[in-house]
Amino acid sequence: MSISVRNISKAFKKVQALDQISIEVAQGELFGLIGPDGAGKTTLFRILTTLLVADEGGASVFGFDVIDGMNDIRNSVGYMTGKFSLYQDLTVEENLSFFATIFDTTVAENYHLIEDIYIQIEPFKNRRAGALSGGMKQKLALCCALIHQPKVLFLDEPTTGVDPVSRKEFWEMLKRLQQKGITILVSTPYMDEAALCDRIALIQDGKILDINSPAKIVAKHMHVIYDVKASNPHQLILLLKAYPSAHSVYPFGEYVHYTDQFGEFKQENLHAYLAQNGLKEIVIQPTAATIEDAFMELAN
Amino acid sequence: MSVRDENIIEVEGLTKAFGDFKAVNEISFVVKRGEIFGFLGANGAGKTTAMKMLIGISTPTSGKAKVAGFDVFTSAEDIKKNIGYMSQKFALYDDLTVRENITFFGGIYGLKRQQIKQKSTQLIKELGLDGVENQLVGSLPLGWKQKISFSVAMLHEPKIVFLDEPTGGVDPITRRQFWEMIYKAADEGTTIFVTTHYMDEAEYCNRVSIMVNGKIEALDTPQKLKEQFKADNMNDVFLKLARG
Repeated sequence: MSISVRNISKAFKKVQALDQISIEVAQGELFGLIGPDGAGKTTLFRILTTLLVADEGGASVFGFDVIDGMNDIRNSVGYMTGKFSLYQDLTVEENLSFFATIFDTTVAENYHLIEDIYIQIEPFKNRRAGALSGGMKQKLALCCALIHQPKVLFLDEPTTGVDPVSRKEFWEMLKRLQQKGITILVSTPYMDEAALCDRIALIQDGKILDINSPAKIVAKHMHVIYDVKASNPHQLILLLKAYPSAHSVYPFGEYVHYTDQFGEFKQENLHAYLAQNGLKEIVIQPTAATIEDAFMELAN
Repeated sequence: MSVRDENIIEVEGLTKAFGDFKAVNEISFVVKRGEIFGFLGANGAGKTTAMKMLIGISTPTSGKAKVAGFDVFTSAEDIKKNIGYMSQKFALYDDLTVRENITFFGGIYGLKRQQIKQKSTQLIKELGLDGVENQLVGSLPLGWKQKISFSVAMLHEPKIVFLDEPTGGVDPITRRQFWEMIYKAADEGTTIFVTTHYMDEAEYCNRVSIMVNGKIEALDTPQKLKEQFKADNMNDVFLKLARG
């Protein structure tokens, strides 16, 4: 196992940030921690990168224990957080060589690892890091986290607040790094990114809701789900919630996702109910569930 | 739908230049009363700069814009009184309680003491905050803060509410509860001007504009944009446009 977390708990005053968490990540795996703000994702990253000590339980990264093997872990992992943590007053090039020097290596030695990412920011290599755009900062931070050729990459919300185009490019980069044999543990609040991981752990309030491949999580927790659309979305949501056999009602893009309490649910009955209550242009059709549906089902 | 045939925002050739760089380059559009208007674009496309001009805190370089009937050049103070604003970055004071925040913002918006009292009670009840109204806002989950923040931005019953990435990092269920609040406000006639990086949220809007490098490159209903760009969803529309 590349990363092993065994019954880790951590509390801050009254808040139980992590509650008996266990996760095993295989070598070369792209593993996602999926959950909202405050779920405990950052606390887990800080324990695994040896910046924080757990109250209970144990963990190891690449065979090194987070307590006894602290220095070995620090030398063999790359860590990038969503909050920009490079030196704003150093240039792109200076930041990169600074991080290389700290790890007793050179940019030239590991250039092959960062090449496809670095060429995108190379035109700005003499610009101070603080003056880069959001997407550029993110690419530089990833280069700096990679420059000592880490075996494991820890990425804590690398795409939060980033637009869909940059997010897509970032995930394409991660896939290429995975092909080079690097194990990646990444967290995100974006459910669509969960589908791009080999396996994911859904986390909320310090607890793991489930661990599996994205497809298996959806298949296990979601059964029949319907897209519903009508002329007035606000009224539609209120009416669906008031429907006697409703199980869940969530706006979902142009449709509302509806699940019923009963297997023998009849679309025509719901259609008639909505029409009686004055809605027009009613559409009800079965649809495919997503990770986000599964997350909401589990979290509720 | 509750969209009225009355322009609440009118923008024509609006431009903001910083030296040679045009952050916003001659954008034009109108927003109707009661409309949910999605204002999308990549990081650095010019959304925040454009929004700052519309809420009266940045003077345009050129062009015209009227918000709630007031000119952005000459009546910026009147605009501020008639709109609500909420951003992901700054919402409420962490060191004040829920009730203190409501009282503080009510005062800023010029509400009378009696109105503030009545609004506070109503808001606390509607949001189900009984029992936590005297807790510091800093101790509450992000999703709660965002819902309180939206309600606070609506305290003075503004004609338009500007929401700058209101749901970033919020869990999926709270994100939806937040949108239900938006739908309700729009249904009651408040105009919503919202930016987001969640493309499923773009689908909740009546109309959506997409900014690329300072210009509005597309503006229509989500349905028509999907047809125009032969895309299955708004995410594909966005990727096709913004990637160029």
